Amino acid sequence: MISLGKTGFIVLVLSLTAVSGWGKTIFVCEGCPVQTINQAYDLAQPGDTVLVKSGTYACVNLELKKPITVLGEQGAILDGQSEGYILKILADNVTISGLKFINAGRSYTKDFAAIYSSRANNFVITNNTIIDPFFGILLEKSHKGLVENNTVLSDRVREDDSGNGIHGWHCSKLRIKNNELSGLRDGIYLEFVEESVIQNNNSHGNIRYGLHFMFSNHDDYIENTFRDNGAGVAVMFSKFIQMRRNHFVQNWGTASYGLLLKEIYDAEVEENKFQQNTVGIFLEGSTRINYRKNRFERNGWAIKVSGGCYTNIFSQNDFVSNSFDVSYNSKMNDNKFEGNYWSSYSGYDLDKDNIGDVPYRPVKLFSYVVNRTPETIILLRSLFVDIINFSERVSPVFTPDNLVDNAPAMKSITNDSN
Amino acid sequence: MWKILKYSFADLVRSRWSYVYLAFYLILGFSLLFLNNDLSKTVITLMNIVVVLTPMIGTIFGIMYFYSAREFTELLLAQPIKRRNIFLGQYLGIALSLSLSLVLGLGIPFLIYGIAQSSEIWDFGFLLLVGTFLTFIFTALSVNISLRNENKVKGFGYAILLWLVLAVIYDGIFLISLVLFDDYPLDRFTLAATMFNPIDLSRILVLLKLDISALLGYTGALFQNFFQGSGVFISLGMLVLWTVVPVKLLLRKAIRKDF
Repeated sequence: MISLGKTGFIVLVLSLTAVSGWGKTIFVCEGCPVQTINQAYDLAQPGDTVLVKSGTYACVNLELKKPITVLGEQGAILDGQSEGYILKILADNVTISGLKFINAGRSYTKDFAAIYSSRANNFVITNNTIIDPFFGILLEKSHKGLVENNTVLSDRVREDDSGNGIHGWHCSKLRIKNNELSGLRDGIYLEFVEESVIQNNNSHGNIRYGLHFMFSNHDDYIENTFRDNGAGVAVMFSKFIQMRRNHFVQNWGTASYGLLLKEIYDAEVEENKFQQNTVGIFLEGSTRINYRKNRFERNGWAIKVSGGCYTNIFSQNDFVSNSFDVSYNSKMNDNKFEGNYWSSYSGYDLDKDNIGDVPYRPVKLFSYVVNRTPETIILLRSLFVDIINFSERVSPVFTPDNLVDNAPAMKSITNDSN
Repeated sequence: MWKILKYSFADLVRSRWSYVYLAFYLILGFSLLFLNNDLSKTVITLMNIVVVLTPMIGTIFGIMYFYSAREFTELLLAQPIKRRNIFLGQYLGIALSLSLSLVLGLGIPFLIYGIAQSSEIWDFGFLLLVGTFLTFIFTALSVNISLRNENKVKGFGYAILLWLVLAVIYDGIFLISLVLFDDYPLDRFTLAATMFNPIDLSRILVLLKLDISALLGYTGALFQNFFQGSGVFISLGMLVLWTVVPVKLLLRKAIRKDF
């Protein structure tokens, strides 16, 4: 799909309306004839633009049932008076841009949101700032929308009284780009969202997940950063997912994952970076996933494999300075490790083809023991543990004996020390 | 006592082995930093070495010195000096000179590589503190062994065995018992078991400052709460206890022993 920049889009919208002749601009300001957004909306015809000048305007549950454009100038603030929704998009072709939203309602029974969209297509939500909402942008049964350059900030501490930054439910063909999401429950939450692109978002410091999706197939997640979220990123029950060039950083805590994959099938996980997470990737019931060129650096566990994971292929990844590279909870293995770089590899390369001549066994006996009896982690890095790891490596008894990287790379593949 | 301390300290500081020990740490520090410029990773690697090596060196030096200085000790005993002062002086002389080698040997390379400006300075300082504790503990234990065994070979044997038990075998038994009694709540047992081994205790104290705090918490908040709250002080208290009790024992034995 063609993606236009923020200004480009506004210019396009404005010029289109100007050229086609239909659509006028209604100004809203304190000294203007039109002083509230509601008034402006009542006056507007389909295709009109409501231009909100600098100032704070009360706006509660305003339902947009006409295809109009609401633009905010610098300093235009919509105040939801802590009562409910602020703007509701209920028609196709609505654009909301450049506004700041404050005081959206908060509820334990209703999903109040600053911007809510229901059964609307071709909407555009760009360049908005939403401060301390319950839900930031809530999209239901809406299709072909663009959500770009928005900032949703909150400072919640409890899961039950906070909502999600961008929440999609039964949507398709969304483009969610360049948004910043912080201090919410989940930064981005998608459920039954198909064929969408989630790109270059920065989701950090959220209470639960930076990104969370379920039952959402055929989606692409590209170049996002997930940092310091309570439980990292969790993705479940989805097929045909692409995750590329994302950063999973410092999701560090007792129940944190860089990326938790549960019941994910036929996915590609490529060129991502996992740095300083308690668990880089936790796999459960995930099958036919290709992991290529990812970098795992200084994680507690780089990859933790739980039950029911078949035909996953790990190739050309870098495993650097992780406490445990790979952990398995059984002797069964149907996954393949090949051509990865392991910083703890101690083999040699006589023919200088950059492929180690001795196979590498990424599962240490100790990681098997820790899986069985978690308390034993207290013996990490003790001399005894080094000794048993060494003897297990020489002749595997407890760890899956076919879990071998037969062609370990001698040099880092992604070759990036940042 | 101070005179004796000074004497045995000077004696040891001038001896070849102290220099070898110092040189070893210097080379280790420099080569680790040369190979790996990341200070925090180097501290982890160093911890592995310090936690195993300082007890071993402490044990061997302690027992060697006491056996070889036996005639000198007997000479001192003939003088009007309190026994307590003689033995405490000699003990402190060994322990201090070994600790000095450790602190200088590791401190100099890290200072040159700029630890003072780095955020790792506290972790590094903590590592040195723990290393010093281990030196004092294991020297005291080995002096105890040498006082209780006239037979040098036996004494050496016991000393090496002691090191082996605390550095390796203890962890083995610990691990096996954890796995065997998997079905029971093990948190408290684990905490208690680490307290009874100074090597484990030091390792965990340093590790918690470095990398496993979050991995530990996986099992339950208990460890983490303990080792990050008052636990640090309790653990350091345990290390002090581990130092004081063997010293007391060695003094008691020394005062009553028939030379």
